[in-house]
Amino acid sequence: MSQVSTVRRAGRKSPVRPAGRRTAARRTATRTGQYAALLAYLAFLAFPFLWLVSTAFKPPRELGSIHPTWIPGAPTLDNFRQAFTQQPLLTAAGNSLLAAAVSAVIAIVLATPMAYVLARHRGRLARAATGWVVISQAFPLVLVIIPLFLILKNFHLVDSRAGLVMVYAVWSLPFALWMLTGYVRAVPPEVEEAAAVDGAGRIRTLVSVTAPLLAPGIVATGLFAFITAWNEFFFALVLLKSPEKQTLPVVLTHFIGTEGVADLGPLAAAALLATLPSLLLFAVIQRRITGGMLAGAVKS
Amino acid sequence: MPYESEPPRPRPRPGPARRRLLAAAAALPAAALLPGCSDDRQRRGRGGRITLRFQSLAWQQDSLKANRQLVAEWNRRHPDVQVRYVQGAWATVHDQLLTSFEGGEAPDIIHDATDDLADFAYGGDLADLTTLLPPRLKADIPQQSWDTATFNGRIHGVPFLQEPRVLIANRTKLHRSGVRIPAPEHPWTWEEFADAAQRLTHRGTYGVAWPLKEPVSATLNLALSTGGRVFHRRPDGKVEVRFDAVDQVVPRTIHHQVNVARTASRSTLGMGGADTLPGFFAGRYAMVPLGFSYRQQIVQQAPDGFDWTVLPAPKGTTLDQGVSPQTLSVAEDCPYKEEAMAFIDFLLRPPNMVRLALGDWLLPTGRQALQDPALHVARHDWATGTALAGALRSAPAQSVRGYPEWKDKIATPGLQEYYSGAIGLDALRQRLVEDGNLVLARYQR
Repeated sequence: MSQVSTVRRAGRKSPVRPAGRRTAARRTATRTGQYAALLAYLAFLAFPFLWLVSTAFKPPRELGSIHPTWIPGAPTLDNFRQAFTQQPLLTAAGNSLLAAAVSAVIAIVLATPMAYVLARHRGRLARAATGWVVISQAFPLVLVIIPLFLILKNFHLVDSRAGLVMVYAVWSLPFALWMLTGYVRAVPPEVEEAAAVDGAGRIRTLVSVTAPLLAPGIVATGLFAFITAWNEFFFALVLLKSPEKQTLPVVLTHFIGTEGVADLGPLAAAALLATLPSLLLFAVIQRRITGGMLAGAVKS
Repeated sequence: MPYESEPPRPRPRPGPARRRLLAAAAALPAAALLPGCSDDRQRRGRGGRITLRFQSLAWQQDSLKANRQLVAEWNRRHPDVQVRYVQGAWATVHDQLLTSFEGGEAPDIIHDATDDLADFAYGGDLADLTTLLPPRLKADIPQQSWDTATFNGRIHGVPFLQEPRVLIANRTKLHRSGVRIPAPEHPWTWEEFADAAQRLTHRGTYGVAWPLKEPVSATLNLALSTGGRVFHRRPDGKVEVRFDAVDQVVPRTIHHQVNVARTASRSTLGMGGADTLPGFFAGRYAMVPLGFSYRQQIVQQAPDGFDWTVLPAPKGTTLDQGVSPQTLSVAEDCPYKEEAMAFIDFLLRPPNMVRLALGDWLLPTGRQALQDPALHVARHDWATGTALAGALRSAPAQSVRGYPEWKDKIATPGLQEYYSGAIGLDALRQRLVEDGNLVLARYQR
């Protein structure tokens, strides 16, 4: 019996080993393919940025070369010097920062309680409100720009940073609301019920229990609102008239001339500076964003 | 001060409803930024001082410097009429002006180009300058330039800088090929140009590279040399598109060079002018038809020892070519039109016009400015371009309502397909004329 069983076991094991090896090999191949695809995707994503960095440090002669190189042959800071001399980049960056930060804060402050209500009180009104939020995203910018301009003009909010901040806050509010609603839904109501059982009031529960759980989602949404406003161009172009109030994306177009001819070196230098805050912000709060996105992704 | 300034017009105080809304706005955190709102009310000055907003599209370093210096100079001399320099951009000027006019917030003095003015001029957004123009300025700029900014008999902009299309050529290749070097007084004909391109074409080098990403203006403006107009105004005032034999010379030449003789590079058809420069520097193309101002990029980017020259564009029955000069206009809503015109007059005094032209590497329109020795030097071929100034005419299409739509929807794809060899001349004619007239008809009901 034992011999038979030994033989059987041996008979069973011998075909298993190659299959296991095959599975492992397949897994390794799959993983290698995945990493290769990931690397290719990263290269694809990084290409414009790396090219921007390269261009920003190249002298004009290298920009006109038919054989472009990644590494500038004679790196120069002249493009940065010229960019700062020609246009008020620091002022524009300050304006962008102010508009983006304040509008993101406003959007979050308004969207968080709204999202809580929409997520927790599922009725016909909440469904209609959610539907309207989604539909509002479909309106093209050109459709709203002139009426918006006229409304803001009546309130003396054209050529005003406050006007731009309000527009940005309102513009990012629907998507922020939609995102945050998902995050609120991911917080189990049982947690709030447990707090209530322990004697916490509604406000206390919201502040001490729900809000900390929502923090990653709030950070991710705030970042979205910030970057949307930081990169926004058309509203700023139309609403701001005074040079000292213009934002960075608008000022960047001043490096472009007739027939699309651009002052490429200074433009690249200025554009590089314009991308840095977003990159830094991402680098600093990357973990929180990942946590926030995961929190919103799965319904418990 | 040669004029009296009007007293500033006080804006109406906000009514109770508006005050409530403003108060509501103040409740927002953004209200900390509200001081910016009062700026508009202050724009029209305090104590009789006027502030005019001048939106300039200058973008090259020298041009920016010249504009800002001239504004500062004006402000020093005219404490009661201050001009505020506002930076605009060529890429966005149309949209920005459109919304500004709709909202009544346009700059007082507007820098633009004649091919962008039609909608604003016909829409009543730009002031009629006919009676405001100082006699000196009116006399200094030739009629052919005024024609470029005249809509329905009214002048809506002062044309001050213009750009001829020229052939920028590799001088070394030109000399080696033995072709006759054309000069403004003795340019190539279109046939000679085709022959020269043939002789300049060798293995690895095309005789010419046509950067035709925007093929319509290049084609129509050059077609003026063969008597081509494409847009013809009928006695009833309506405009119709035709594509007669004289209109076809330039497109047929380009098509032949690309598709039959192979003396022109096919790959540059989709490029902008600046995109062809690396290939030009590398010797892949012997000649590139470009705007006169591209010389600046060539000076900046050409490798050491690269020898280049400017040649006049080929001649048909004349040397004429269409241009859309840069303009200075005054907004119809501007309450200080005379002061705005005084500033324009200052900006366009001959020495100042020369400074602006040199800064942008363009030609001035003013007769006196064109006499300036700085524009007649051999360096960077300024003299060649200046000699062409007399042949520059109003681009035939720019005052036609519906031209932008015709250009974008009909002519651009049609010409691109024709030049690439995808369609023939008959198909092109059908599109430009039959489809094109349907488009124009909508604007002329």
